[in-house]
Amino acid sequence: MRKGKVLTVFAVLVFAFLVAPLVIIAVTAFGGGNAIQFPIESFSLKWFAKVFTTKSFLESFRTSIIVALLATVLALAVGIPAAYALARSHIRGKGLLKSIFLSPTIVPGIVIGFVLYQFIVLSLDIPVFTGLLIGHFMVTLPYVIRVVGSSLDQFDFAIEEAAWSLGCPKGRAFFLTVLPNITSGISAAFMLAFINSFNNIPVSMFLTGPGVSTFPATLMNYIEYNYDPAVSAVSVLLMAATVIIMVVVDKTLGIASLAK
Amino acid sequence: MKNRSAYYMITPILIILTVFLFLPLLKVLFPSIFAEGYPFSAYVEFFSDGYYRGILYRTVRIAVVTTACCMVLGVPTAYFVSRCTKHWRGILLAVAIFPMMTNSVMRSFAWINILGTNGIINRLLLALGVIDEPVKLLYTEFAIVIGSVYLFLPLMIVTVAGVMENIGDDMMEAAESLGANRLTAFLRVIFPMSLPGIIVGSTLVFTGTLTAYTTPQLLGGNQQMVMATLIYQRAMSVGDWTGAAIISVIMIVITLVVIKCFNQIAARLDKRGA
Repeated sequence: MRKGKVLTVFAVLVFAFLVAPLVIIAVTAFGGGNAIQFPIESFSLKWFAKVFTTKSFLESFRTSIIVALLATVLALAVGIPAAYALARSHIRGKGLLKSIFLSPTIVPGIVIGFVLYQFIVLSLDIPVFTGLLIGHFMVTLPYVIRVVGSSLDQFDFAIEEAAWSLGCPKGRAFFLTVLPNITSGISAAFMLAFINSFNNIPVSMFLTGPGVSTFPATLMNYIEYNYDPAVSAVSVLLMAATVIIMVVVDKTLGIASLAK
Repeated sequence: MKNRSAYYMITPILIILTVFLFLPLLKVLFPSIFAEGYPFSAYVEFFSDGYYRGILYRTVRIAVVTTACCMVLGVPTAYFVSRCTKHWRGILLAVAIFPMMTNSVMRSFAWINILGTNGIINRLLLALGVIDEPVKLLYTEFAIVIGSVYLFLPLMIVTVAGVMENIGDDMMEAAESLGANRLTAFLRVIFPMSLPGIIVGSTLVFTGTLTAYTTPQLLGGNQQMVMATLIYQRAMSVGDWTGAAIISVIMIVITLVVIKCFNQIAARLDKRGA
């Protein structure tokens, strides 16, 4: 072990800085008072009950799940073939193509939301929900290209060529040799894309309208007008869900797959 | 693989990006250049307004300070994580990744509770008799910086730890056996070797902070506008679409320039290392 005492203390303090605020919100969620208290003076679960009876929370949660799922599936559907073509073909300008596919990461989320709102919703009169979905597709696509791309880079294409030379049709060979070997990459891409779409705010800010709001946007709105532990309760629920997701990912793909 | 089938595979994505990203960007942002007759005159006007210049400077200042803080706090921590046993490394990485998987509203909300007028810090200082009345911590630039560091520090730790993991213990041992103390060995051996990772991490933190909306909105509010919150305010509250487009262009340009610069530094370092 090459760690000094000073470094250990430093690292412990940094991790305390990361964890303490989350612990504080978790504690305030169980407060019995009407305002946020820390430490809490009485214990109550009433804020959890409030979360589950607040219509805007439930509706926007549903919207966010649907948007994140659809956007991720769409990104996988167009992203996997594109990543495969980049890894496998000899077309020119592959570097340029890859940067084009990753370009949504360069455009700030709030700008994506702004131009989509102006162009799609106002000029083309396309419903807000479609705009929201397209915006979230832009959030998810780079994860698919990057993560699936890197797992394709590690695949030994001699296996696919062996299938071809044994007479297997190209499409079938892809499904029988390549796909099974990149499933963990696809799963990791799915998780990352879904989580980042679900949590995204800037893209959604412009693309919410009457009846259409994402969960984090609703949460943000709620904080600006109410200062009560309901948001803490929501946070506890989200953290619990995150822990479950992380344990599942750790058991199947390894926790490092989320660090991309 | 035939080139033709490769083109089929990349066509859908290219069409979607063209129609729903590049075209809208061009259609919405391009007219801002000619908004006032002469090319870029609207931009000149924007930059000559002290209020907007102030917001631009503030945004960049917050991004610079946040990146510096993330480096100072993140790099040693990442080094610590990379030198832990496999078991502990997994646990610490999970602790760092966990906040990254939760949304930024929740993470900013935590700091509202800590920094607010009735927040934890103010009540603690009042109880200790350090101050007589609450100090204003929330809705300041300081609040945005601390919220941003909180938001992006995990990203820095995880990115840099990933690079440092690949540097063997023998490097430090060699340096120490040649007479370097631990700090010198870290600064002269490990730090330069992990610079590419630190640069990637810094790019992500800098551009992330520069374009962030949620944290500045919740912790800075209307008193401490940054570019992202200004876009929303110009467009939605005032209906000034040209203004919003101008700020969008400035944000994209700064992002591109910063990425380019950091890449250049990384490339130069790569050459030196090889």
